[in-house]
Amino acid sequence: MSRIAARLAQRRGEGRRALATFITAGDPTLDATVPALQALVRGGADIVELGVPFSDPEAEGPSIQRSSERALANGVALADVLQVATAFRRVDADTPVVLMGYLNPLLRMGYEAFAKRAAAAGVDGVILVNLPPEEADAAQTTLAARGLDLIFLVAPTTRRERAEHIAARASGFIYYVSLKGVTGARHLDVADVERGVAALRAVSDLPVLVGFGIRDAESARAVAARADGVVVGSALADAMGERATCPERIPAALESWLRPVREAIDER
Amino acid sequence: MPARNDPPYAAPDAAGRFGSYGGRFVAETLAHALEALTSLYETLRDDAGFRQALAEDLSSYVGRPTPLYLAQRLTAQVGGAKLYLKREDLNHTGAHKINNTVGQALLAKRMGKPRVIAETGAGQHGVATATVAARLGLECRVFMGATDIERQRLNVYRMELLGAEVVAVESGSRTLKDAMNEAMRDWVTNVDTTHYIIGSVAGPHPYPMMVRDFQAVIGQESRAQCLEAEGRLPDLLVACVGGGSNAMGLFHPFLDDAGVDMVGVEAAGLGLATNRHAAPLNAGSPGVLHGQHTYLMQTDDGQIMETHSVSAGLDYPGVGPEHSHLKDLGRVRYAAATDAEALAAFRTLNRAEGIMPALESSHAVAWAMQEAARRPASDIIIVNLSGRGDKDIDVVAGLGGDSAP
Repeated sequence: MSRIAARLAQRRGEGRRALATFITAGDPTLDATVPALQALVRGGADIVELGVPFSDPEAEGPSIQRSSERALANGVALADVLQVATAFRRVDADTPVVLMGYLNPLLRMGYEAFAKRAAAAGVDGVILVNLPPEEADAAQTTLAARGLDLIFLVAPTTRRERAEHIAARASGFIYYVSLKGVTGARHLDVADVERGVAALRAVSDLPVLVGFGIRDAESARAVAARADGVVVGSALADAMGERATCPERIPAALESWLRPVREAIDER
Repeated sequence: MPARNDPPYAAPDAAGRFGSYGGRFVAETLAHALEALTSLYETLRDDAGFRQALAEDLSSYVGRPTPLYLAQRLTAQVGGAKLYLKREDLNHTGAHKINNTVGQALLAKRMGKPRVIAETGAGQHGVATATVAARLGLECRVFMGATDIERQRLNVYRMELLGAEVVAVESGSRTLKDAMNEAMRDWVTNVDTTHYIIGSVAGPHPYPMMVRDFQAVIGQESRAQCLEAEGRLPDLLVACVGGGSNAMGLFHPFLDDAGVDMVGVEAAGLGLATNRHAAPLNAGSPGVLHGQHTYLMQTDDGQIMETHSVSAGLDYPGVGPEHSHLKDLGRVRYAAATDAEALAAFRTLNRAEGIMPALESSHAVAWAMQEAARRPASDIIIVNLSGRGDKDIDVVAGLGGDSAP
């Protein structure tokens, strides 16, 4: 069983919700990323999503755009992100790592080369924001051959027939986009999320993690009550951006931000 | 009638693929809107009522057909092939862009969407969008890179006069590509109420096909006008290529005419060897940006590069996917003209013909003049004069264009 499936099955078995975190690799420096990931794990993260910075992050709000810009200012490339993943895996054998970003850097490296290097780095899954299922055959086949999950997104605008099609080819978990908007948007509607997740459950048994627009313990608690887990990202990017000139203070800040979120989704 | 290819050129396929290019690489939230738009467009494009409404708008509001003008003094000055100019600069709002916005505005109306958004580089597409929005009473927001706002102030003011909100985009390179990112972000947020009027033959399916179809009126008219004036088809078509909509519009109706050569002219900026240009078909490689698989200016790591061109409308690191396909097929050749060559052509056309071309169109004029000089007087070249240059006067004056001999 993959690390992702194992971790999500474990949480399901315990009756708990999963907590996934997103930070951009290399923000604000490459050296800061592994300590930041470890801090997130201490704070309660079950899955760490590691952002691959991209010059044109068209689905991101300002917080994650800026985190991507900070990483790119350091010249961080996909190869560096894979090195960070390797370094993290050396100190953490269990926490699933999911790379998240846009298609072009992977396309440029080549699916085969990427899949081989990502598997060797201990990466477990990949989320590509601008790779919908219709365009995903080659990527998914190549990644699956190396044991990597290609994780698909479902949105509030996804119609049932299409959700069925996505569910049929999904692995790992399904990432449900909580709202029509970009990451970090501030118009989360819990009732909408509840309807969306329920519709998704009707077509898939896979765990459903909900992301976009979850900014604090309260919204995490509300959304987690209606799904298998939540993803937080923009708030972490802000916390890192505020400490870009003193990265040694990032781990403690992330851990203390995340801990109440963990407690909130565990309490429900 | 001239011989036509059999079987005829046919692209894209149902998935929006032009060979290996195109497609629909977008966030899931937009998938439904793009499917619905595709389905509506495919129904309406063969609908007699829609076609008639579009034809009436093009005639009575846009002012079509535009002339195919024989530039006699320019031809004499160059000393070679006969140069015709397709006068898209004479359209309402001063460029070819309105051919597309009129069509997409009709679609927005049919979809019942009260709001339209657009990205713009030189501001011509933004003006064309704001214009049709004003006419149909639609709310309009235009995204424009902060750098482009600086160099195209006149068009910003025009858009505001038309009632549009112009949003300055400060992210990335602060030019057209960043404006497009920001427009996508707005669309994903307001997809229920908003139609995104993409201004070029770029972006996810169905835009490259749909915008091409709306712009194909340029080539359809040119074909008929050339047959009328000369009794035969032209030997060569020349158009500038940023995203590539004016070029695609001119070229497409001629693709099956094997005797008609076509050249798209990209922006060579400070020179193709400098990396300070916007010429992905000459110096880029295939990748995915803004929903499409196409040639891009990108680094070895797959990051999109910042581009440079004196003309804001060509300052884009990608190109419409059909151009990538036509390049690989060898059907269209892609050349490039530098900032300096375009500025020289801008001055030349003013003095020789009393026509002020947009800096974008000046790239096509520059390359066509060089090519005409290499060809016999019996050859016929049509250059797409895609827009007028009033908007560029400040830029040209700033570069010393006012002191031209």
